[in-house]
Amino acid sequence: MFKYFEPNKIFSITSKAPKYVLFLFVIVFSIGLTESLILSPEDYKQSHSVRIMYVHVPAAWISLGIFSVITFLSIIGYIFRIRNFFLISKSLAPSGLVFNIIALVTGSIWGKPTWGTWWAWDARITSMLILVLFYIMYLIAWRIYENDTKVFKITSIITILGIVNVPIIKYSVDWWNTLHQPASINILVKSSIHVSMLYPLLIMTAAFALFSLLIFLMKYNTELIKIKNKGLDRL
Amino acid sequence: MINELFLMNGYGIYVWSAFAFTILNFLSLYLIIKIQYMKEKNKFVNKFGTLNSKRAAFAKSQNINKEILSNTSSI
Repeated sequence: MFKYFEPNKIFSITSKAPKYVLFLFVIVFSIGLTESLILSPEDYKQSHSVRIMYVHVPAAWISLGIFSVITFLSIIGYIFRIRNFFLISKSLAPSGLVFNIIALVTGSIWGKPTWGTWWAWDARITSMLILVLFYIMYLIAWRIYENDTKVFKITSIITILGIVNVPIIKYSVDWWNTLHQPASINILVKSSIHVSMLYPLLIMTAAFALFSLLIFLMKYNTELIKIKNKGLDRL
Repeated sequence: MINELFLMNGYGIYVWSAFAFTILNFLSLYLIIKIQYMKEKNKFVNKFGTLNSKRAAFAKSQNINKEILSNTSSI
């Protein structure tokens, strides 16, 4: 099955896809911005500051999702020696890091009017900060080590250590008494968020997912060309 | 209406700065990745130009190289 995902076979798709993904992203993001800044209602308690949720929450979701995917691909790639999985993971990491930083900074901006402080060493916020450090370590490892075997091993170890932090982030608001509010959206039970706020949130999540797909495709193509450049040197 | 959109009951500064920070990050990341991509692609085209006809023909026999040399991946 893995042979269908070989770079030589999928490059013709990945090289053409970014322009369509960019087009789709611009449309979905424009709708999302209109919904979240103009059309969605203000909160009865938090007033207009609740609009920060439309960038903060999708950014946090996607940064956690990307780290989980990176870990899964790194483990499978390491066990079955699939180099392409490492390339995919490496290409996903930059957008994961940026979304993690966006979640932290917008959370801090939201914290000032809501809690009266920019920062608190709260379990949720601190564990998100730790995730940023794991993303940074992961990207630095790719820059430091030239040897493929070594870099695959080191990055796999970093992701395995980092993934321990993901459930801590998710359940920190339930396990500890935190400033951060518990989850308002739950797939298994009825969400406490009203549909007038849920729809803009889902549209923005779709836009953010499209953006990370766009960055992933561009980065993946860059990595493939880098490999081909080395191939030309050997000719 | 316009005033309300910008001021947002005094929360405008927080809301707009959060959205501005997000968009700024999107633009920066997009540009950084695009520059890296263009750099690698130009390097590839230049290297390809220095190959002799036999090696160039061999390299061109690979589909992926043809794709890189074409302008399909111009984004």
